[in-house]
Amino acid sequence: MNTTVNLLIGLAMGLNLLALASSRLPSVIRTVAVQGVALGVMPLLIEEHLDWMVVLVALATVVVKGFIIPALLRRAMRTANIDREVEPFIGFVPSLLLGAGGTIAGVAGARLLPLLPEHAGTLLVAGALASIFTGFVLLIGRVKAISQVCGYLILENGIYLFGLLLIRSTPLLVESGILLDLTVGVFVIGIIVDRIQRAFDSLDTRKLTVLRE
Amino acid sequence: MILEILLRLVLWLLLAPLLPGIINKVKAWVAGRRGPPVLQLYYDLARLWRKSAVLSTLASPAFVAGPAVAWVALAGAALLMPLGPAGGAVSFRGDVLLLVYLFAVARFCTAWAALETGSAFEGMGAAREVSYAVLAEVALITAVLSLSVQTGSVTLVTMLAPATGAGAVLLAGGLFAVLLAENCRVPFDDPNTHLELTMIHEVMVLDHSGPPFAVILHGASLKLMLFAVLLSQAVLPVAELTPAAATIVLAGAVLAVTVGVGLVESLLARFAFRRVPLLLTTAFLLCLFALLLAWKGGAA
Repeated sequence: MNTTVNLLIGLAMGLNLLALASSRLPSVIRTVAVQGVALGVMPLLIEEHLDWMVVLVALATVVVKGFIIPALLRRAMRTANIDREVEPFIGFVPSLLLGAGGTIAGVAGARLLPLLPEHAGTLLVAGALASIFTGFVLLIGRVKAISQVCGYLILENGIYLFGLLLIRSTPLLVESGILLDLTVGVFVIGIIVDRIQRAFDSLDTRKLTVLRE
Repeated sequence: MILEILLRLVLWLLLAPLLPGIINKVKAWVAGRRGPPVLQLYYDLARLWRKSAVLSTLASPAFVAGPAVAWVALAGAALLMPLGPAGGAVSFRGDVLLLVYLFAVARFCTAWAALETGSAFEGMGAAREVSYAVLAEVALITAVLSLSVQTGSVTLVTMLAPATGAGAVLLAGGLFAVLLAENCRVPFDDPNTHLELTMIHEVMVLDHSGPPFAVILHGASLKLMLFAVLLSQAVLPVAELTPAAATIVLAGAVLAVTVGVGLVESLLARFAFRRVPLLLTTAFLLCLFALLLAWKGGAA
């Protein structure tokens, strides 16, 4: 049980680094989608006895993160008609090294925390910290709005992973609320991306610093 | 003892040129061609050996000595490399460091001989080769370190006791990328290209001819085989098998690695120069995580 969970979290950490190293927007989106699916099935593995709430949360997470959000992002890319290059502020090699450093720091930091005995053997907290850090690097280090959205999604995956520690005590309403927020957020960003593209002829967020009447 | 060392050296030297032939056969097979015979490199070596060498008036004796020293270094590395339960022909504490340094000496001598020609192209190729090697070497040393941490030994014979699970997968991925980079195979360099602007290794050996060129080609195939054997033994528990089984497993694994190189070469295009450091950094990180896994597993 624990080894499968750890393997999935290891996969998610690898996908973090892959997202940092990809130079094309579609591959970043695909990476985030695969990570969403990998983390979405986690509740099924962590809980010993399945009830309808856990299954529902897992199913909703997989569908929303693995299929709906990537579809929205691809649609936004297509309608805004932007080219697929990522254009980093922080180069690929430095961001990859930063991400690896963050992952190692996450693993080391998680071992220092006073965890419950049933969580001590898993990489849950380490994976959460690493994903949050990767999300920050993507948010800070990329120029285009869509890759920043991907950074935000990875950040959210990290928070979700942290929330898995408490899956018994969080009500279904909170989980579904988060998923709904995320979907609406990405939906709105899809529209904004189109607007930015029309107003500025590019998705470069550096151009959004000047405020005009 | 002496006889055994000689026998093993002859085995390494005779078998090594087979691997590039297999790679070319796989590439031809994927592309639907008949391809050159598997023994092509043997014919090439024999032909080059009979020819005379053309020497530049600028070149010092190092132009000929460089390839020779590189070849001797690689043959020495072949003697250090253990072969499953038979162990290494020469083995002592810390021989893995010597292995890494022998690879470095071979590279230095090839680059030096390239610079001896005084051609701008050779200088360019040597610069490229060495700047990639800096990154590939870090990955190789990290891989060696992870093996060493895992077994608590710095002797090749006892070090090559493979990890299981995720660590072995990471190490295999990292070492395979190092193998491709060190042997100038496709995502890093195209061994078939003869465009000055894109090639790396081929530029360095452009002005070599006759026997020195044969020695360079043979040394390259020896290096490929060394890396393939190292990779197979770092992942598969060859040393624990009986001699007959170990021979079959090792030969099968080396064949699988060679076919893998051929498939990579057929299915991937060469990467742009600025993407190569990213790939080598990835290889380094794979080995680094394998190292951390070995370290953490040892502590727990």
